[in-house]
Amino acid sequence: MSETAAPARGLPVVGRALFDGFVRRREASVLLVALGLMFYFRATSDVFLSRDNLVNIAQATAPTAIVAVGIVLLLVSGEIDLSVGIVAAFAPFLLHFAIDFYGVPVLLAFLLALALAAGIGLINGFIVTQLKVPSFVVTLGTFFAVQGLLLITSHAYPVPIPEAAKGTFQTWLGAGPWASITWAILIVAVFHIILTNTRWGLHTISVGGNPVGATEAGIRASRIKIGNFMITSTLGGLAGIMEAFRINTIDPNIGGGTTLTFAAISAAVIGGTALAGGSGTIIGALLGALVLAELQNGFNLIGYSANTIFLILGLAILVSMIANQYLSRLRRAGRS
Amino acid sequence: MSTAALEVRAVAKRFGALTALRDVTLHVDPGEVLGLIGDNGAGKSTLIKILCGFHRPDTGQILVNGDEVTLRSVDHARSLGIDAVYQDLALVNELSVYHNMFLNRELVRWPLLNNRKMRRRAEEHLRDMGVDLPDVRVEVAKLSGGQRQAIAVARSVYSDARVLLLDEPLAAMGAKEGAMILDLIRDLKERGRVSVIIIAHNYAQVLDVCDRVNLLQHGRIAFDKRAADTSLEELTDLVVAEYRRRRA
Repeated sequence: MSETAAPARGLPVVGRALFDGFVRRREASVLLVALGLMFYFRATSDVFLSRDNLVNIAQATAPTAIVAVGIVLLLVSGEIDLSVGIVAAFAPFLLHFAIDFYGVPVLLAFLLALALAAGIGLINGFIVTQLKVPSFVVTLGTFFAVQGLLLITSHAYPVPIPEAAKGTFQTWLGAGPWASITWAILIVAVFHIILTNTRWGLHTISVGGNPVGATEAGIRASRIKIGNFMITSTLGGLAGIMEAFRINTIDPNIGGGTTLTFAAISAAVIGGTALAGGSGTIIGALLGALVLAELQNGFNLIGYSANTIFLILGLAILVSMIANQYLSRLRRAGRS
Repeated sequence: MSTAALEVRAVAKRFGALTALRDVTLHVDPGEVLGLIGDNGAGKSTLIKILCGFHRPDTGQILVNGDEVTLRSVDHARSLGIDAVYQDLALVNELSVYHNMFLNRELVRWPLLNNRKMRRRAEEHLRDMGVDLPDVRVEVAKLSGGQRQAIAVARSVYSDARVLLLDEPLAAMGAKEGAMILDLIRDLKERGRVSVIIIAHNYAQVLDVCDRVNLLQHGRIAFDKRAADTSLEELTDLVVAEYRRRRA
């Protein structure tokens, strides 16, 4: 058992090792799916890979991916957040209130909106960890509560982007064609490193993988979980503000407050994050968000109606999850 | 006579109407391996939970290196060098062996983990302890029960545990796996740095690896002999005779 693997000989061995390494990576299967979809839609529609359409795909991918980053952290630590979509709808209103009613400078208003979003995450995390209520129920509660707050304060009417935020700020934070995806990739990169290469990441995996063992080892599970709830809410707020800047209006009914949440959870799960906690990948979630955007965009180009696309999307999620399950079983069967 | 690494004097513990421990007095010397046997319900696990700081005894004293202590928590007991090792509770399956070895004591080069250093130290330490693993980068989930137990023990020793409490370390383990753990314990014994208290049901294994055997019956130590002075027959007879007496 102690003997080490035979030294690699020649190219075939290297190729084999690369292939093995690739297959063993959790992101491999979803990357293949994303590429496959790209080829399929390119074959059926000439404009799929045109610049304009790539911008569409990028802009559809970004908010889902950003929120999915937080969702992955939460799922890995054994929790979930159903309220993040409504936080995303609420955050641009906070920005609007601060700027238009209280004359707060734009950047400060932006940070304030994110801080308040983080506050909602803090409340979620506090109730989950200190009052021991399952996160599914807690965040369902905060979802409705925040929705109520949003509809009351906004009178359920959309408002324009505050004048002060227009121009560079709006362009850089969502309106520019590649702005949101650039932020998304940056955020993914940073949190990928955090999850895989920092103590915070290891402890996130630990509290989700073995709550008792992690606590025994002295890891403060509550702190990790509350932190991840706050990260998720903050990212939700950021995605919401960027989405408002992109569509150039602040809409309280955007996605019913659930679309973004469900898309982000789907992206995380399609990307290879387990709902059971303890394992997940942030790059996979980005790819998952890309797959979702490709499906929506591609079938749209082919000419299916929006209603049909939901059906296709649902089936696609189921199929990819079944495939993923199968692949991960193969991966586990592979020798260590 | 040298001071005991861990000593228990007249400890009693009740849970409501149930008396788990009546009057337990035992000790383990530095570098000694003590086998704790007894039927189910004799109070072995309660005793272990008191020693690792999880329960507080109602009466009695606990002495570490001759000094009386009150174990306030598992953390506190650990800071005094007393560590209970549970095979399944201790490790995070999703993490690599070396990340588990350094769980919550990770080496960092801020803000990142210092993986190379942790890997090297884990390799050294495991090799030093005679734990044989193909690769410390492997996820713990992929290892056998015996290997996991070995890693859990190795981690405790690495964190300067002076007294290891092993509750059924050989349960649900194959012959080869069991032998690996017994070798590990024997190895620890030879170095004489760590004292071990083992709860086990397999008396042959207990006699094989322990210096001394204590039998816990009805919340009392009913028997205390050096392993060399007793035999499998004697231990079996003791427990069976007790069972017969109770039935009669």
